[in-house]
Amino acid sequence: MTAAEIRQAVLHILADIAPDEDLSNLKEDVPFREQLEMDSMDFLDIVMELRKRYRIQIPEEQYTELASMASTVRYLEPRMKDL
Amino acid sequence: MYDTVIIGAGMSGLAAGIRLAHFGKRVCILERHSVIGGLNSFYRQGGRTYDVGLHAVTNFAPKGSRRGPFARLLRQLRVTWEDWALAPQLGSAIVFPGAILQFSNEFELFESEVRLRFPRQVDNFRRLVSSLHDYDQFGASGANRSARQVVGEIIDDPLLVEMLFCPILFYGGAREHDIDFDQFSILFRAIFLEGLARPLTGIQMILKMLVRRFKDLGGELRLRAAVERIAVESNAVRKVVLQDGSEIETRNVLSSAGWAETMQLCDDEAEQPQSPPGRLSFVESISILNTPPGELGYDKTIVFFNDSEKFHYEKPDELTDFRSGTVCSPNNFAYSEPLSEGMIRISALANFDRWAALDPDRYREEKARCYEQLSASAARFVPDFRRAVVETDLFTPRTIHRFTGHADGAIYGSAQKSRDGTTRLNNLFICGNDQGLVGIVGTIISGISIANRHLLK
Repeated sequence: MTAAEIRQAVLHILADIAPDEDLSNLKEDVPFREQLEMDSMDFLDIVMELRKRYRIQIPEEQYTELASMASTVRYLEPRMKDL
Repeated sequence: MYDTVIIGAGMSGLAAGIRLAHFGKRVCILERHSVIGGLNSFYRQGGRTYDVGLHAVTNFAPKGSRRGPFARLLRQLRVTWEDWALAPQLGSAIVFPGAILQFSNEFELFESEVRLRFPRQVDNFRRLVSSLHDYDQFGASGANRSARQVVGEIIDDPLLVEMLFCPILFYGGAREHDIDFDQFSILFRAIFLEGLARPLTGIQMILKMLVRRFKDLGGELRLRAAVERIAVESNAVRKVVLQDGSEIETRNVLSSAGWAETMQLCDDEAEQPQSPPGRLSFVESISILNTPPGELGYDKTIVFFNDSEKFHYEKPDELTDFRSGTVCSPNNFAYSEPLSEGMIRISALANFDRWAALDPDRYREEKARCYEQLSASAARFVPDFRRAVVETDLFTPRTIHRFTGHADGAIYGSAQKSRDGTTRLNNLFICGNDQGLVGIVGTIISGISIANRHLLK
């Protein structure tokens, strides 16, 4: 998957987790925690959705890599490039 | 072989089931009754549908809210705000002799009422609000501090203290007189800072939505599937045996049947924990009216009443304690269309043993007598609606026992909680009231968090 496709995949996950949220103006570098007020339960859900949909295993100490859209895509790119 | 078998298709069991099924776990919910819901269920009688547990959904949050338990629940279950179709309350009150405190989903009203009735306490009241624990601190502090002690140190007018404890204990007190301060905090937020609401069609709408979601995700629900025993081998559950003799193999069991009640199902010889049943149970009368309660001058959503300056939250010696209670009108929410009929529900503390000991004839007599006394008791605090009544029903601690399976019909379960959901068996977990969360939103969060913590890793 390309960076743009990964971004889209993450957007789909966010839209599932927060269906009432308008994601069209999501800022790349602002943490999800601030923009969407996500909590630790939500981050766990992003991790589990990635595992469910793409079989990506993310160890707990690396959850912090998923802080914002930009960092998430950066982190996932090498792990999802062959999908 | 299931990943998880869930005992009880109430709010917490359904929520846990949705989480597990969503992430591909093979999960089956066992419900002993032919209807789902447990404490928060409904039944049909004479062509009408009656809710059992629900007065109101607490923890109300307007659409678009991102914080608090209700927003968390929507995200965790992947449901929308519209799926709940919640209509906010019109306004409620706490009524004691010589003092009334009104509150609504706008917290400013409650604060201004405190300022009006207890002018010297308003700063203390603000201090109490700012010292409430956050949801995330729940169960984290370890030490269980008495809310009576904490609140008593901040607010020095005993009447105001009693008036604050009345709705909080009625809506979630699992033990007599007092409650842990972190649970007090959760209930204070849920009732006063967030607020009350109800779907137009009551509890059945919420239950149907949750079951549909669970089944769409591939979850299995078995009704009339009562658990006979939980087969244990070397500190782990191996299988669940139903009363019809069938056996179900599973890797994990999550039970909402109560902590002690669940451990008693385990067939190993281990000593059972000495967890006494909760002592608090209720009666509730339901009156169908020939007119909306508003026409009779009753426009409140809930009235919590007490007829003296001291509030006694305890198991009564008699069948029923008529000194205090709650009056709820399901009509008095801001629906988009009115309910088809007027309805008033009155509940009061009751003694399970006394109700359980009655033979069928006495039981029927006492129910009729209790209905009359409840209506008369409430008429001291709200407009008298008795001449508008066209149909009545009453449920008792026996009914609560039957619907929840809680020992002694204890409405909020045992006073002893398993906060982290674990038991002495490494693959048996507890969710629901005995995990320590109450209310519809609370027990749903209980099911979600125990599933996340122990069954999804």
